[in-house]
Amino acid sequence: MLSIKNLHADIEGKPILKGVNLEIRTGEVHAIMGPNGSGKSTLANVLAGRDDYEVTSGSVEYRGMDLLDMEPEIRAREGVFLAFQYPVEIPGVTNMYLLKAAINSVRKHRGVEELDAREFLKLIKEKAAMVEMKQEFLYRSVNQGFSGGEKKRNEILQMALLEPHLSVLDETDSGLDIDALKIVAQGVNLLRSEQRSMVLVTHYQRLLDYIVPDYVHVLAGGRIIRSGGKELALELEQKGYGWVEDQAAA
Amino acid sequence: MSNSEKDLAPLLQRDYTEGFVTDIDSETLPPGLDEDVIRTISEKKNEPEWMLQWRLGAFKRWLKMAPPRWAHLHHPPVDFQDISYYSAPKKRDLLDSLDEVDPKLLETYEKLGIPIDEQKMLAGVKVAVDAVFDSVSVATTFKQTLLDAGVIFCPISEALQAYPELVKQYLGSVVPSADNFYAALNSAVFSDGSFVYIPKGVRCPMELSTYFRINEMNTGQFERTLIVAEEDSYVSYLEGCTAPMRDENQLHAAVVELVAMKGAQIKYSTVQNWYPGDENGKGGIYNFVTKRGACRGQGAKISWTQVETGSAITWKYPSVVLEGDDTIGEFYSVALTNNYQQADTGTKMIHVGKNSRSTIISKGISAGKGQNAYRGLVKVLKGAENARNYSQCDSLLMGDQCGAHTFPYMEVKNPSAVVEHEATTSRIGEDQLFYCRQRGMSEEDAVSMIVNGFCKEVFKELPMEFAVEAQKLLGISLEGSVG
Repeated sequence: MLSIKNLHADIEGKPILKGVNLEIRTGEVHAIMGPNGSGKSTLANVLAGRDDYEVTSGSVEYRGMDLLDMEPEIRAREGVFLAFQYPVEIPGVTNMYLLKAAINSVRKHRGVEELDAREFLKLIKEKAAMVEMKQEFLYRSVNQGFSGGEKKRNEILQMALLEPHLSVLDETDSGLDIDALKIVAQGVNLLRSEQRSMVLVTHYQRLLDYIVPDYVHVLAGGRIIRSGGKELALELEQKGYGWVEDQAAA
Repeated sequence: MSNSEKDLAPLLQRDYTEGFVTDIDSETLPPGLDEDVIRTISEKKNEPEWMLQWRLGAFKRWLKMAPPRWAHLHHPPVDFQDISYYSAPKKRDLLDSLDEVDPKLLETYEKLGIPIDEQKMLAGVKVAVDAVFDSVSVATTFKQTLLDAGVIFCPISEALQAYPELVKQYLGSVVPSADNFYAALNSAVFSDGSFVYIPKGVRCPMELSTYFRINEMNTGQFERTLIVAEEDSYVSYLEGCTAPMRDENQLHAAVVELVAMKGAQIKYSTVQNWYPGDENGKGGIYNFVTKRGACRGQGAKISWTQVETGSAITWKYPSVVLEGDDTIGEFYSVALTNNYQQADTGTKMIHVGKNSRSTIISKGISAGKGQNAYRGLVKVLKGAENARNYSQCDSLLMGDQCGAHTFPYMEVKNPSAVVEHEATTSRIGEDQLFYCRQRGMSEEDAVSMIVNGFCKEVFKELPMEFAVEAQKLLGISLEGSVG
């Protein structure tokens, strides 16, 4: 599904990623953990194609394609989804409108017929129920006046609707209370499948109580310094990031 | 150039599709302005003597006036002697049917998508159109249908022949002939425009609209529109405007007067798309317009909606004088400036009557090196017990070389009045664009969606078929040749 090789990336000339290697196979869920400033969000954004980040070397192969060569919207249409850490507000544009525009651009790209208003309404109601989102949120401006939890739930709704091959969830747990976290995790778990891969970027182990990953990686100083199974997260929780960093340095 | 600037640049390349020139024989007065020119215009129109005297009076006052300097606008001084004040397509007699209209003119309006053929409709809706080409009205549709309902809709030059008393009664009653520099100039030299009269209790059976077109070089357009709505009547009126792409600046100085009697409602919508000049700021229309409405009787309502995407310079403050008790004034505006365009626009709400209410919603969009200023006055006179005003001014910036400015003025003389003002400025963020692109939308669609969202409160005030047009226009103005 995704093969990252020796990836280096800068932001405003400052190197953030310094040689990341990562293999993700279809159906796997990987957690990327690490201290603040380690490059976790940078990795997520580089995968989605954000302009502020400059890839200086390395390669990313996604389903046989050169991901880094693709515009952000093409990546999205090819099935790369980023659940944002800070979802933006778009005043005057209803959630419905954005969601319909999004799914139809994906469908068009894939050569599937675009959904008409009726078909779309049916689909979106189904998906909203899945993430326990009240229908009134569909008619409100995108993320405007949404609480932190509602914004994140809206991200999961979009993911559910677009059915991506690869989902990257950037600190989806940050700012959520435990109830909101459970609902978001439940949505993610429902979407977990043999055909779909996921990358969970998180600072805390807490999210991993609800979404159990196949692999855990520790990113520090722009490199993956340790990889392991789900038990690695628990170890980190007990010993802190300093422990792996010291080990890596040793 | 910052990242966002670089990314937005191609999206902002504008493609002005109305910029063609119609090759038609015109009768055009040589440039220059003096009493003789005014006499000639008046004579060509076969006007009554009082009209000529009114013009000459305005001209005398104008000679002593100077162009206003307070606006946030920068342009070289206009040489008023270098402009032709009258131009008309040749071979025009009073037209009884469209068959007599020069085919080239029909073609021009066809190209602009304006139905001056009664068989054709705009977006499936019947709309009566008055088409003004340079200085004269060339066709008015559905005149008879409207007359059957008692509605008068005709060129003002024709109204001066057919209904001189009505014109005399109301002309200059809202915007006096020497109200300001440009209004005085217009009063002296106006050559055509539309006249609308809705009798008591009549709901105008269709949308009325006027399309203004400047074609001739070095020609100014000075149209005058007068709309009178008698007691308990209703009319919705739309004006649109376009011009060829020319390297020199052209002057447009219009006056619009609205009179709403007791219980009457006038809804006036403008989609202004004069040529804005090229991407280096060369050429474009100087648009200096005075628009004002008077709510003369109890419960009268006047609503201005404007979408201003064109012109090199826009100087325009559609206003409402709320004379009667319980009157309502509304101003909904979207003004877009791109490249080197400058706009100083807003409104004046003058509260005279008790319980008078006004709403101001202004949306300014600046892109490229555009400068966009909102200037608004809310004035509550002593007797305006319980007057209410709500103003909201939002600015959207695209890129980092444009500017947005807000100049709200308030004069409140009655302590029971409530005047509220809210203002926001935001930038189309790369964050918003990236978010939409990450959901699969093209950058172009994303910009268009975000801008339309920003303008939604104003667009919903436009008649349905024109709202679609306005959205498209905004899209073209911002996106142009991309894709």
